Amino acid sequence: MKKIFQGHVVTPGTCRAEALVSHGGFNTLASYQTPMLLGDKQVKCSDQNNRDLYQKSMLGKALCLPETIGSTTGGMALYTVCATGKQPACMLFSKHIDSLAAAGAILAAYWTDAKMPVIDRLGEDFLEYVKDGMTVEVKENGVVEVE
Amino acid sequence: MARVMQTLVAYGEAFDAERMVPVTSQYGHTVISFGLGIMKPIYELYDKILSEEAISRQPFSADPRPVDKKNVPANFLQNIVFDFMYSQQGRYEEQLKRFGILSEDAYTCTCYLPQVGNTPKRGEVLSWAESSAVVYANSVLGARCNRNSGMIELFGSIAGCIPEFGLLTDEGRKADWVVELRTAKLPDAQLFGSAVGMKVLEQVPYVKGLDRFLGTELNDAACAYLKDFGAATASNGSVGLYHIENLTPEAVDFGESLIREGAPVYVVDDAEIERVKNSYPCIWKDLEAKPKLCFMGCPHMTLSQLIEWTQRVDAALEEAGQKKVVIPTVFTAAPAVLRAFEETEYANRLKRCGVVTSSICPLMYMNNPLCKSMPVITSSNKLRTYSSARFYPEAEILRMITGLKG
Repeated sequence: MKKIFQGHVVTPGTCRAEALVSHGGFNTLASYQTPMLLGDKQVKCSDQNNRDLYQKSMLGKALCLPETIGSTTGGMALYTVCATGKQPACMLFSKHIDSLAAAGAILAAYWTDAKMPVIDRLGEDFLEYVKDGMTVEVKENGVVEVE
Repeated sequence: MARVMQTLVAYGEAFDAERMVPVTSQYGHTVISFGLGIMKPIYELYDKILSEEAISRQPFSADPRPVDKKNVPANFLQNIVFDFMYSQQGRYEEQLKRFGILSEDAYTCTCYLPQVGNTPKRGEVLSWAESSAVVYANSVLGARCNRNSGMIELFGSIAGCIPEFGLLTDEGRKADWVVELRTAKLPDAQLFGSAVGMKVLEQVPYVKGLDRFLGTELNDAACAYLKDFGAATASNGSVGLYHIENLTPEAVDFGESLIREGAPVYVVDDAEIERVKNSYPCIWKDLEAKPKLCFMGCPHMTLSQLIEWTQRVDAALEEAGQKKVVIPTVFTAAPAVLRAFEETEYANRLKRCGVVTSSICPLMYMNNPLCKSMPVITSSNKLRTYSSARFYPEAEILRMITGLKG
């Protein structure tokens, strides 16, 4: 069954991708640190504290999360991930985007060619409904369709 | 320069900021201190900005350097990997000089300590990044800074202005949570901070009950505790500001009026501290492995912590019948703090105990895959979060490194 959620556009764009869901805060540095250092082509999450994502591939997925947490290198890590083409297909936040993720996404949008739409404020219902493996479609106006 | 400003404006728009405000602190601080080969896109972008002669309007400090081959134990292969990993270090330090770093010694995560000299005043607006420094500046010093990301903080220093939102506003500094501390004794700062961070995530906690143990004066001991507490709240959650009842400046001035109506209460007792401690995963392949290295000082230790730990290690070694630490141990602190420590009688005592001092970033050391596979222990919850280092509370660390039983 298709369900539609309306969010707020942080960086615009469209995409269709498979959902990967983190119910807890997504620690950007801890998640990307090892795959970046080891050149992991699958970009597997290395955050041992994230039981939803640990060791799952994040490449090209619709990353669904409440917010990001952790060190202030988070935005720069996200920028680098985008600049090297290892970004998720999109980032979909149930809450208001946090300052680290916003910085990373905006730096990537202004200073790289990466396409990674970022939508926030999708609401708690969104994160309750979306499950790993579901198909997510992001529209230009911040509408997110999940089925 | 125009694109730097556009980026900052877009950053503000994401938070519905209504205006840009001047950066009023004397100095900035950047979290990026490392020339990682895999981060080349950042240095390329910085080259682009420098080529347009956009430099920082304020001098700034930076996080600690990643490698200290002279002092911190590393074998031949580990050193080769360090050279490979941090292949951009020279290039990046040259860029920092051109941007306006304060000095060759301005590399520490505790830039706000008096010996270092980048200590903002209450109410000043900062464009800083480094989660542990930002939370300290906001909470203990009463400065105003958002949890900026690396890169965006330097953009703010270059432009001389930043968007006004979040922790820059009175409204954003109000407490969303009340934390009631009900432990029998002062909890380990790193464990208490971890518990609070994991509970409140990015929100602002108002902590009651900590003044029973720390008192109502921001003395050396209280500031050192709050440094470690804050670093754990920021890395185990994403706290950018906390208020401690009767102790931190805004809590002293405004008291419970800082607490938002209906703020939920989180009670932290001894059982909760124990639960949090037992919840940490350990990713060592062999859980019974004998530790090969111990890091203390993430964030960097204060002068009073170095002195106190020298006394504790010395006394514990004597009690254990040992002359030197039984696990190679590194205490990390800012270059200026280590210079001040060297002038005390404790520096030689610590050397006699076999403890090494360095201004390295332990986290960046642990990024080396060959170091990552080593059993390393630490009292830092931040280091635990971002590496394979295994966390132990301070009392256990002391027993382990000195061979003290019981």
